[in-house]
Amino acid sequence: MYPKRISAIKFEVLSPQEMRRMSVAKLNNPETYDDDGFPVEGGLMDTRLGVIDPGLKCKTCGGKYGECPGHFGHIELAAPVIHVGYAKIIARLLSGTCRECGRILMKDDRRDKFIREIERLKALGQSYEDVLKEIFRITKAAKKCPHCGAEQLEIKFEKPTSFYEVIDPETKEEQKLTPKDVRERLEKIPNDDLPAFGLDPKSVRPEWFVLTVLPVPPVTVRPSIILETGQRSEDDLTHKLVDIIRINQRFLENRDTGAPQQILEDLWELLQYHITTYFDNEVSGIPPARHRSGRPLKTLAQRLKGKDGRFRGSLSGKRVNFSARTVISPDPCISICEVGVPEEVAKELSVPIFVTPNNLDFAREFLRRRESPKASYVIRPDGKRIRVIDSNREEIAEKLEPGWVVERELMDGDVVLFNRQPSLHRMSIMAHYVRVLPYKTFRLNPAVCPPYNADFDGDEMNLHVPQSLEAQAEAKILMAVQEHVLSPRFGGPIIGGIHDHITGLYLLTRGEKKFSKEEAMDFLRAVDLSEIPAKEEYTGKEIFSFILPKISIRFKAEICQGCAVCKEEKCENDAFVVIEDGKLLKGTIDEKAVGAFKGIVIDEIMRKFGAAVTRKFIDDMTKLAIRVITRLGFTIGIDDEDIPKEAVQQIEETISEAEKRAEELIKAYREGNLEPMPGRSVEETLEMRIMQELGKARDRAGKIAGRYLGMDNSAVIMAVSGARGSMLNLTQMAACIGQQSVRGERLTRGYAYTHRTTSHFKPMDLGAKAKGFVRSSYKSGLSPIEFFFHAAGGREGLVDTAVRTSQSGYLQRRMINALQDLKVEYDGTVREQTSGVIVQFKYGEDGVDPMKSFRGKALDVKRIVKEVMGVKE
Amino acid sequence: MSYDAILKEYPLPPSVKQEIKEELERLKPKKNVAKKIVDLCYQAYLSNLIEPGEAVGIVAAQSIGEPGTQMTMRTFHYAGVAELNVTLGLPRLIEILDVRKNPSTPMMTIRLLPEYAKDRDKAREVANRIEATHLKDVAEIEVDLREMSITIKPDREAMNKKDLTIDELREKIEKSIKKGAELIEEKGIFVVKVKKDSYKVLMDTFEELKELVVMGIKEIKRVIIRKEGEEYVLYTEGSSMKKVMKVKGVDFTRTITNDIYEIYEVLGIEAARTAIINEAISTLEEQGLEVDVRHIMLVADVMTADGELRQIGRHGVAGEKQSILARAAFEMTVNNLLDAAVRGEVDYLKGITENIIIGQPIKLGTGDVELIARLGVRR
Repeated sequence: MYPKRISAIKFEVLSPQEMRRMSVAKLNNPETYDDDGFPVEGGLMDTRLGVIDPGLKCKTCGGKYGECPGHFGHIELAAPVIHVGYAKIIARLLSGTCRECGRILMKDDRRDKFIREIERLKALGQSYEDVLKEIFRITKAAKKCPHCGAEQLEIKFEKPTSFYEVIDPETKEEQKLTPKDVRERLEKIPNDDLPAFGLDPKSVRPEWFVLTVLPVPPVTVRPSIILETGQRSEDDLTHKLVDIIRINQRFLENRDTGAPQQILEDLWELLQYHITTYFDNEVSGIPPARHRSGRPLKTLAQRLKGKDGRFRGSLSGKRVNFSARTVISPDPCISICEVGVPEEVAKELSVPIFVTPNNLDFAREFLRRRESPKASYVIRPDGKRIRVIDSNREEIAEKLEPGWVVERELMDGDVVLFNRQPSLHRMSIMAHYVRVLPYKTFRLNPAVCPPYNADFDGDEMNLHVPQSLEAQAEAKILMAVQEHVLSPRFGGPIIGGIHDHITGLYLLTRGEKKFSKEEAMDFLRAVDLSEIPAKEEYTGKEIFSFILPKISIRFKAEICQGCAVCKEEKCENDAFVVIEDGKLLKGTIDEKAVGAFKGIVIDEIMRKFGAAVTRKFIDDMTKLAIRVITRLGFTIGIDDEDIPKEAVQQIEETISEAEKRAEELIKAYREGNLEPMPGRSVEETLEMRIMQELGKARDRAGKIAGRYLGMDNSAVIMAVSGARGSMLNLTQMAACIGQQSVRGERLTRGYAYTHRTTSHFKPMDLGAKAKGFVRSSYKSGLSPIEFFFHAAGGREGLVDTAVRTSQSGYLQRRMINALQDLKVEYDGTVREQTSGVIVQFKYGEDGVDPMKSFRGKALDVKRIVKEVMGVKE
Repeated sequence: MSYDAILKEYPLPPSVKQEIKEELERLKPKKNVAKKIVDLCYQAYLSNLIEPGEAVGIVAAQSIGEPGTQMTMRTFHYAGVAELNVTLGLPRLIEILDVRKNPSTPMMTIRLLPEYAKDRDKAREVANRIEATHLKDVAEIEVDLREMSITIKPDREAMNKKDLTIDELREKIEKSIKKGAELIEEKGIFVVKVKKDSYKVLMDTFEELKELVVMGIKEIKRVIIRKEGEEYVLYTEGSSMKKVMKVKGVDFTRTITNDIYEIYEVLGIEAARTAIINEAISTLEEQGLEVDVRHIMLVADVMTADGELRQIGRHGVAGEKQSILARAAFEMTVNNLLDAAVRGEVDYLKGITENIIIGQPIKLGTGDVELIARLGVRR
């Protein structure tokens, strides 16, 4: 079966005739239901418009609730009314056409020139708004009609829907144009002039902008809800339509009884107001129509607009079935391409089995099972859904034949999509294989946290079950986790070891540590290895090599201290990694080797062996690391940041010295001896120099603390190996927190006239302490004033994040919207699909996929050369 | 070299060819070995090509947007030059993609012609010609209410520093006051007399004179001279490409501004594209974020594809979409629909959003492939 496609949608303005033609009922009764609760004929709930009560039948099509899609009705307006949305165009038309003959206020040849220009731009797909503005400017200025010679008066447009004509330019006397007058003028405009105003004569007549008939949407569009009390609560649209009908009827009655002109005009205004707010209740210039409770009504425009409106909320994004959401928690024992699904969830979600002669027995098996995974529904070829319960299992299993669909519960090995919001990039939705597990959370391997940006402090994630074989195939081939190890953003790995994985491997591979056979076996227990050489002792590097595929690579590790001349293999710090033919010969494995975002080893394996091997390596690597760290033990505590007395002494001295230097700077400044830096004022110079001085002091304090903490300190191990934290964090814990800042400056705020941050200082005090320098460490604790400054600096961080997320979110939305229709064609060009514009003749100038690229380059020339010429450096 | 002949046979991108050539010339392999290397390189290149149907736009948008969350909001920071404040981080990225006509911190990097670049004094000379010098910087200005006049006492020292002569100063003042007042010169002191006996006119003239640019370019508030390697480079606060290009001593082929719109106006669309790419890359790099150039290039190309600079957003690329439904789903829903109806526009449903809205498969990636299998027919 070839799916039908809608090829195009044309937008036009409804004519009054069209509105009447599509209407099934003329409505004129402001009542909705009679005393028995039955819809009133001619009322807004007329059963000809469709039904929303389960018991009733539609009078037009005979459909019941759920079957009848609903039908339009109409209201014959007693007097014409301006459509708010078109008021601006009406204003253009009125001032641009003759008040007598309705022709455009422009000679024909000139008009044709403009129209040709518009046509040209239209064909190019460019905006012709500027041409329209130019025409408007010219025609508005015309004093006399070039066609009939009639004098023209200035038209004034008062938002939202009023028009006035200035009858006397001297006295500025104005006369109101009623919608009826407006309509009469618009009727006179000939079709040939319309393109000059940007109107398409085939789709629209200007007089249609003034309504004489109002279409009434079917009841299904504005269903009423029945409250618990049994009361009916009508939709906002119905409320508004009731108002319109009521005023419309009142106008008719008053006109028929010959009421005074003034009363009729007031009613006309009121009708205009109701219809205006019916279309858009947020028009500037008039008060929004309100519900009895005072809440503004949600009318037509409000339904479409904005994030939760029809377009963004219901059409571009929809709610779906076959999905689940719960809290996530880590499970290092499952593969990165798996997801642990709670039994309860697995029982609820279903996967269809499309029964064929080949899988008939397979499908039957699920029908006969009484334990999960069992079949929950079957769908017969006639579309009938039957729930499978213990009593009818056998019976259905007997009847089952090709063409039926069996819906079975989720089971191990099913492919599902797993997602965490915000879905900022394509790695936010990946395909995982199901592992049904006990308990109530989704389980994932911690190594896949980076692409999702997930942690386990209460994060929730969503799971979707693809419901067709095509979707399942696509998920497995394109969306599987292992296919996303490399990020298309920079062509490097985004999945890799984190936290304990890195610490574990660091502990294992650093130096020439030896492990007994028993230990080695224990480390490798979780890893799938068929065979390892028998030895009494293994080094950590050997153990790591067992899980390494046959790659050869040399690089500097994260712990590299950046010596001036790299000693490479002879590095005392064991920071130069040499892997040859899958053997780790030298160096320590740390973040640079296997970490997410950096992982050179992972990158290399991915390029050389592909997704499946990489997946296995990451699985093995994480399992090995976890076993190592579990067996060796690794903790940190508050006493890890203990530093000896002499260190404390030194730190104190360094900081005091810096504070003294700051004082000296201030003194120099006060005496006018401070030399300003080029292009800066003296005050700015002072601030910058003090900041520098205090910054240096903290770094020095950190260095001293670092010296005493040593490389065996757990916190230091984590910081240098890149597992977690930084040396700065350690400095702040052990030595000194340092300068607090707001907007990149020292804290200065306080009442302007006090010239001080808090009342604990003298006014105008510019010293380190008075402006937010925190000399304590987190461990020693902060003084109350320091705490206050720290909180001030901390708050900026919080505000910053809050503002940033909204800003970058909007930026991303705009970018997605601007670029979504671009794709690479078979000829290698990049084109915009709607307009066919060629954006690039060759994608990225070289046609290379950034994900497959080698650090931005098209390919790794050096490696190929090396492979062909043999290892020779 | 003979390697050129081998490379010529393969349609590799120039940058790759260059790299292979360098590598070959370094190691000097035999011809057949070289051939093998180039051949393997070509194979690798082919396997690294992007696949047809790939949604490169979306990937580019995500690759630039995703790190946005990690960027700082801190507007001011110094980039290389400690004396200058430059907008960085997310606000700067937004500015670039918005094509703001007045960036918050316009800045120019001016390189000088060889004869000026080596010598600090010569560079200073050019800097003086560029930096806006206001009258108040080189003279004392006072209002004499009794005489209804303004006295201007030129500061010789300051003028010498700026290389400004009295005659030049007089000319500038004369030009500024025009008809409204007259200029009298006494003993090197200028007196401006207002013709109209009005306090307001006097004060206005005074204010005007204070801010009068007697030398340099109005837009350029500050110039900083820095030595970079062998040559002196000028960094400016404020930007005016057109005017700076005309200044003697400026090597305008190596002079740039960070105001993209100005580059577009002065140098054209291709230069603007390059500027977008460079500015975006440096903004991202400064934040330590790695983003492939190809993504940024694509964004820059979309912004410049039709010969005009279009912003990413409502008034640019997204707002000029052909599809009504896509525009309505982005922003200004109601207006877009009403306008479309009046114009009798047709949505041909070729894009992504449109097809999602009406529930059809999208023409991208796997949705773009059309294969029909005839059931029951075997090959």
